Amino acid sequence: MDFISILSIFVLSCFVGYYVVWSVTPALHTPLMAVTNAISSVIIVGGLIAAAAAGVPGAKWLGLAAVALASVNIFGGFAVTQRMLSMYKKKERK
Amino acid sequence: MMEFALLLAAGAADVPAWVLLAYLVAGVCFILALRGLSSPESSRRGNGYGMVGMAIAVVTTLATHEIASIAEIGMAIFLGGIIGLTVARRIAMTAMPQLVAAFHSLVGMAAVLVAAAAFLNPSAFGILGADGNILAVSRIEMALGAAIGAITFSGSVIAFAKLNGNMSGAPILLPARHVINLGTLGGILALTGLYALSGDAGAGEGMEFWIIVALAFLVGFLLIIPIGGADMPVVVSMLNSYSGWAAAAMGFTLGNTAMIITGALVGSSGAILSYIMCRAMNRSFVSVIAGGFGQDASAGGDKGSAIDRSYKAGSAEDAAFLLSQADKVIIVPGYGMAVAQAQHVLREMTDLLKEKGVEVKFAIHPVAGRMPGHMNVLLAEANVPYDEVFELEDINSEFAQADVAFVIGANDVTNPAAKTDKTSPIYGMPVLDVEKARTTLFIKRSMGGAGYAGVENELFFRDNTMMLLSDAKKMVEEIVKSLD
Repeated sequence: MDFISILSIFVLSCFVGYYVVWSVTPALHTPLMAVTNAISSVIIVGGLIAAAAAGVPGAKWLGLAAVALASVNIFGGFAVTQRMLSMYKKKERK
Repeated sequence: MMEFALLLAAGAADVPAWVLLAYLVAGVCFILALRGLSSPESSRRGNGYGMVGMAIAVVTTLATHEIASIAEIGMAIFLGGIIGLTVARRIAMTAMPQLVAAFHSLVGMAAVLVAAAAFLNPSAFGILGADGNILAVSRIEMALGAAIGAITFSGSVIAFAKLNGNMSGAPILLPARHVINLGTLGGILALTGLYALSGDAGAGEGMEFWIIVALAFLVGFLLIIPIGGADMPVVVSMLNSYSGWAAAAMGFTLGNTAMIITGALVGSSGAILSYIMCRAMNRSFVSVIAGGFGQDASAGGDKGSAIDRSYKAGSAEDAAFLLSQADKVIIVPGYGMAVAQAQHVLREMTDLLKEKGVEVKFAIHPVAGRMPGHMNVLLAEANVPYDEVFELEDINSEFAQADVAFVIGANDVTNPAAKTDKTSPIYGMPVLDVEKARTTLFIKRSMGGAGYAGVENELFFRDNTMMLLSDAKKMVEEIVKSLD
């Protein structure tokens, strides 16, 4: 993909992010931070590419370390978000 | 002109269409994950979308690359996953700010590692030009991605240490720190330019890259040490934003849609949260980042010492009596409630009051606690229904009709001086109008010690304020006993 297409996606995503995040209820701001943490670990893709490539051992080990760190975040981030969200309950109507 | 166009044509050109689509779908899943958080009912489904998006991104990457080391990759994911799940299950809800800071540092470090790997093995990332040099535009993206990642890492480590109590929350002020910080940031940008223009920039070539990384680690550290404990909600949000921009920068290097969409989402999310936090403290982002707030106790405000002025102190029995006689009670929790772990016993107290027919609501200031929404999570953990918990602007007008405002572990966010005293450092900050309630009950450990802003709270000395001097948890336990 050329730079301009990538830049277009990036700029439009910033606008999407702006509107989506403003619609998040303040009560859920902590889960918002936890889940953004988890999804920003999509950087694991870069780690996987480096770890998968043969040839340069240094890059491979750096990639593997990145994969491990990002995995902590992915599993931990989604799990802790789930744990928090499951605690939000409505009033029981009697 | 031609050269410029070539320079812009980054990344691998021959990626199959389905791969691009798969990353796009992953990106859309991440958007839906955040969209779900607009209400608690839809939020759990949203989290599911997030997981699906992540699975799509990982599987697509693995399916489209020659993998020389599947066992090691499996091992790395397994190890990381076990650690992540264990931490997520065990962590106390009061420790969420530290956990989030720790997670940010991992994203930052992962970005640095990926950038370094791309630097050492550019052909694997499809960013090696025909002349044997890494494409200039990719060099800029890599350098910036590594720099933002490194700042996120070291900044988050300091934020973690401050939040976790490994390091004092007090600001540490170096002389000439603004000059040092701006100089270092300028150095990083200048080196990025030099590296982009360099003629020898093949795989692993260019000391500039490593110096940029080292300087960025340093600047992250220097940026956060002067910021005090009360400003941590802004810092945590800001680092959240940085971790997003780091992911976006690496997304540019890889030409990966999922990473770019995510990076933009997370980046704007953190930026908006920082803005909300700053607005709730009536402070500019620049002044928070400049640091040093909350160390100068004598700045403005009332200079009278608490010891000399008269105030009304009450016992748990007095408080229980007032609460049980009330028609309407509004509870204002703050960081002190989290520290004392008083949220569960507080819920017991509200249950007893509700049985007696008292209407109970919770009022939450945006900066209560150490991260955005911290109080809401703690109350949810203690089984307080979320429709009894209100934000500042939704409930502030109701204090005038309340019989009791019950302040537990909050201080600066209730200080009426913010509305009236122009010399106060917190003047102009939106505060909860607790003094408008018929009686204000204020739990505080002792009369000494001001809030984090270092300002005396005018509220303590009002006629309709009763001070309950004790540990928050112990006091609420005694109130519960008296109510029974």
